[in-house]
Amino acid sequence: MQMPDPDARVIARKSRIVARLREVLPADAVIDDIAETRAYECDALTAYRCPPLCAVLPSSTAEVSAVLRVCHEEGVPVVPRGSGTSLAGGALPTADSVILGVARMNEVLETDYPNRYIRVQTGRTNLSVTGAVEENDFFYAPDPSSQLACAIAGNVAMNSGGAHCLKYGVTTNNLLGVTMVLMDGTVVELGGAHLDAGGLDLLGVICGSEGQLGVVTEATLRILRKPEGARPVLIAFNSNEVAGACVSDIIKAGVLPVAIEFMDRPCIVACEAFAKAGYPDCEALLIVEVEGSESEIAEQLGLILQIARRHDPVELREAKDADEAGRIWLGRKSAFGAMGQINDYMCLDGTIPVSELPFVLKRIGEMSKQFGLEVANVFHAGDGNMHPLILFNANQPGQLELCEEFGAEILKLCVEVGGCLTGEHGVGIEKRDLMSVQYGAVDLDAQMAVKDVFDPQWLLNPAKVFPLDASAPRRTLAAE
Amino acid sequence: MRPETEAELASMIEAAQGPLRVRGGGTRAVGRSAGEVLDVGGLSGITLYDPGALTMVAQAGTPLAEVEAALAAEGQRLAFEPMDHRGLLGTSGAPTVGGMAAANVSGSRRISVGACRDFMLGVRFVDGAGQIVRNGGRVMKNVTGYDLVKLMAGSWGTLGVLTEVAFKVLPRPAASATVLLPGLGNDAAVGAMSSALGSPFDVTGAAHLPEGPDGAPLTLIRIEGFAESVAYRAERLHEMFAGHAPRVERDPERIDALWRMVRDVEPFHGRAGDVWKVSCKPSDGPAVAERLGASGLLFDWGGGLVWALLPEGTDARARLAGLGGHATRVRGTGRLPTFQPEPAPVAALSEGLRRRFDPRGILNPGVMA
Repeated sequence: MQMPDPDARVIARKSRIVARLREVLPADAVIDDIAETRAYECDALTAYRCPPLCAVLPSSTAEVSAVLRVCHEEGVPVVPRGSGTSLAGGALPTADSVILGVARMNEVLETDYPNRYIRVQTGRTNLSVTGAVEENDFFYAPDPSSQLACAIAGNVAMNSGGAHCLKYGVTTNNLLGVTMVLMDGTVVELGGAHLDAGGLDLLGVICGSEGQLGVVTEATLRILRKPEGARPVLIAFNSNEVAGACVSDIIKAGVLPVAIEFMDRPCIVACEAFAKAGYPDCEALLIVEVEGSESEIAEQLGLILQIARRHDPVELREAKDADEAGRIWLGRKSAFGAMGQINDYMCLDGTIPVSELPFVLKRIGEMSKQFGLEVANVFHAGDGNMHPLILFNANQPGQLELCEEFGAEILKLCVEVGGCLTGEHGVGIEKRDLMSVQYGAVDLDAQMAVKDVFDPQWLLNPAKVFPLDASAPRRTLAAE
Repeated sequence: MRPETEAELASMIEAAQGPLRVRGGGTRAVGRSAGEVLDVGGLSGITLYDPGALTMVAQAGTPLAEVEAALAAEGQRLAFEPMDHRGLLGTSGAPTVGGMAAANVSGSRRISVGACRDFMLGVRFVDGAGQIVRNGGRVMKNVTGYDLVKLMAGSWGTLGVLTEVAFKVLPRPAASATVLLPGLGNDAAVGAMSSALGSPFDVTGAAHLPEGPDGAPLTLIRIEGFAESVAYRAERLHEMFAGHAPRVERDPERIDALWRMVRDVEPFHGRAGDVWKVSCKPSDGPAVAERLGASGLLFDWGGGLVWALLPEGTDARARLAGLGGHATRVRGTGRLPTFQPEPAPVAALSEGLRRRFDPRGILNPGVMA
């Protein structure tokens, strides 16, 4: 993965830039010591690293505005960073960039139960948003796997999803408003406690713009009352295809579970070895979760089990109590950790139409043989968001490149069957150069035109999302 | 101008010399418009319908009735319950997919499942220079690049002319019930709707009519789902509001009629005056109503959407200053802007986007002013 050459003129002015940032921030909020900036050299896509020019940790919207004004005047690229959990390299710095971390901004600003929203600073972690309202039986719905660590800032930037978005939607469907600072330091308010935009839906395009349009410092989020209860059921099958067909039938039958998770044999085996969840010996298993009162749960599960039985399952396991429910989820929730124990892996994130699941799983199996790299599949089947994990050995020269090549082929397959490159992780640098597989030059140009309006100098996270050759004219024009 | 294909539409826009009035079915004539009519009705038909994947793709000129019939045949629907503007605006014609998307039209279920924009998965459109642009796709989770789908939803044809829209659709629930609370004042009604929406009972509609069908106030709380589940939740809500003389409506036809009345703002049909639509924090609903002093009022979205009937030329925004949210004049003429004016930095961004997507300013110029 290539990154543009850093601007030597910016690097040469490092001491002046740092001094100007120190004028607008407390001393401990500007980090320029080379050893300390290493803490910001990568995000969760650890294969790519580069220490930034410096890092700043502002504590308020006003401080963010002051930082951006300085960087704008100095012509310094800025890479916004939430908690650094991006799997796509969204927070990867360049040597000429300032990392703007929002980690110190983690306050709850307002909680309003009658109107069902919470307003937070965006450095707050996803799980702690729910933590702030849980004693009143409310929750914040989007639940990415990294929810313990990931920040709302990153969730907004990447439009994060999670296991339960089949019912509750992703970040954009739960985001009511933001306070955002533009690259020139201007503070704008979009949306709020009311619904829908009065003019163009700028909030809709901010969400998922990967920190390229502005730095979101505060967010108004929709909170929901917790359901009375929830219960999962585990359904095991002897083939991926049959499991895929069962998913499609459940959806067609009018049941809308909160989650339908899918794991294939390599993943089941790894999870079993790691978490000992007691999963059955099978080719594919589904975890389907429904919510409501006891009788509502029984009614929905009854229907789901009836559909599942038509597909000759190897095993049906209904959770009788919280302990059994926990055990059903245990393996799934530890899937990524389990895979990490046995191998280096690369986690993909393409989405496909649910009806293409069986075909795509079969093709991935064939490609796995062709590339000589194993693949484990674990994903949100209800909405077609796949997470194939390609296993490789990072210490063996050439394996990372081979793995990336295989990954690219899988993502191209997702696009071919009517899907997309990324369902919830974002483009970052990881899928940047594949964008032209999904979009034509005119389509990409229309997206880049939006950045031209919000950030005419292309200083915010400039080397992400768009293929470098496509964004080059804009980036060089801005640098001059 | 009435193109039959997307390519034809693109060349017509490219060759256009002056402003164009983009039209689907012509049923949502909101705002000022001038110029030659560009009728998108020729681009019609369902391109793809995959019930097992909960997806439908249709050309922009496809009549909504055709879409709804195809969905009904598979037991599915557009869950955001798009409003029909014809009765309120006195228009005729057939509402289209493109018009609904361009105006981001939702109904009472917006409060629980989301707006039209939340169900839009992908778009194709022709920009003001005549270029064909694609964004999004037809899958339910997609964060590949910027979300121009949301930007196009509710842009009223000012950024581009939609040619095709992909939607997420949902199963039509087996049963439905509506808890009716008679006689509540606006404050008490919004309070009751707020408790219902904050309950675990998955309320999919909460509306209040200060003048209900029999002239007295009526508050409506809707639940939907499988039969047993609906019965259970109706009972629990009935208990919750035991002090308000609740009645549970279970007849599907009467329920549909009630919610159609709310969705299409039927109490205002055929009455003179300007119609304003105010989106606010739900608990501000009663204050909005009091400040407006309207001759007709209807609350939807738990109080967060206030429909008001006001004498011609009334500046509703002046009366609401400082309350937050936004007000749109859906029906009326005169010098007031149709849409809520934006603060300067936001207006500059919107203007910048329009200039990029429609450099000559020929697509529905002034419609969103």
